[in-house]
Amino acid sequence: MAHASGHHMEHAAAAPIVHEKGQQHPLGIYFKIWGLLFVLSVASYLVDYFHLQGMLRWSLIVIFMLLKAGLIVSVFMHMLWERLALVYVIVVPPLLLLVLMSIGAFEASYTYLTRGEFFSPSVQAPEKAH
Amino acid sequence: MANPAAGTAVSAEPQGLESIVADFSSDQRAFKGVPWGKPMMWIFLLSDTFIFGSFLISYMTVRGSTTVPWPNPSVVFALEIGGRSVPLLLIAIMTFVLISSSGTMALAVNYGYRKDRKTTFWLLLATALLGATFVGMQAFEWTKLILEGVRPWGNPWGAAQFGSAFFMITGFHGTHVTIGVIFLIIVATKVRRGDLDHQRPGFMTGRRGNYEIVEIMGLYWHFVDLVWVFIFAFFYLW
Repeated sequence: MAHASGHHMEHAAAAPIVHEKGQQHPLGIYFKIWGLLFVLSVASYLVDYFHLQGMLRWSLIVIFMLLKAGLIVSVFMHMLWERLALVYVIVVPPLLLLVLMSIGAFEASYTYLTRGEFFSPSVQAPEKAH
Repeated sequence: MANPAAGTAVSAEPQGLESIVADFSSDQRAFKGVPWGKPMMWIFLLSDTFIFGSFLISYMTVRGSTTVPWPNPSVVFALEIGGRSVPLLLIAIMTFVLISSSGTMALAVNYGYRKDRKTTFWLLLATALLGATFVGMQAFEWTKLILEGVRPWGNPWGAAQFGSAFFMITGFHGTHVTIGVIFLIIVATKVRRGDLDHQRPGFMTGRRGNYEIVEIMGLYWHFVDLVWVFIFAFFYLW
């Protein structure tokens, strides 16, 4: 331990880039997040267990999902304590996926309507009778 | 930081967005004070985010475009317990196993930086065992579904795309978990042998070993858990 701190001091004096002993945080925060992740998982499981439907179901699923993802990234993966330059480089680019998601959603609804128009037997039947 | 001579020079360290501009316009390295392996792993994980993101988005697209009803995952993944069908039971257990493994991993990183070899080793081993349990349960789930007639091109309950999306997404995730378990066993062995304390260079590198590799391993492992959060929400609960 004496060796380790000595090394650390020497490092700090030599370089302007101070190496703050990696990511060291009190254990309690990990246990708290662990517990919260369990609670949120139980909550999202209960959404299915109680057969909630419609907007209530979807919004609850998404809220619990985003909370869990946020806790994992910020605490377990230490993003909360990283330098802002690294945080932005990692967190901002995935937002591009939202563009792909909207393209996919447009494409899906267009395909769905086209299939309904041309392939669905219920739509074709009255046309032939006519 | 407590150095008074350095204090005057660094006193006007920029904050917020300005700090990002300052970091990227500075000499030599953008990620100040971050060990090089960490941004490397993060950038890999970023690319993996796009892979899983594309999978989930294509799943959304095929599910939204089919005129055939989508099989109800709550029923498909139900288990019979004492003659009563419990929805999504296996998936819920898998979720808890993976979250627990993330917890032990986070603790392993912490004990690693304290240079507590023994505790770090056992925590890494526990993480690997929980990961292997997860893969085992996934193998069980695959077997069950295949025996029930689910194929990538069709299934007995509805839209044919269900099988292809299921096998592709969970298969790719399971592969990640499997690789993670192997990776964990390697890191655990290094910790136990004292490679990191003695700064022995690792396999395929001349750089000195240190406990940062436990944190880097942790980033990968937490990412696998993170992806499962999204798969659980979008594939199993939606």
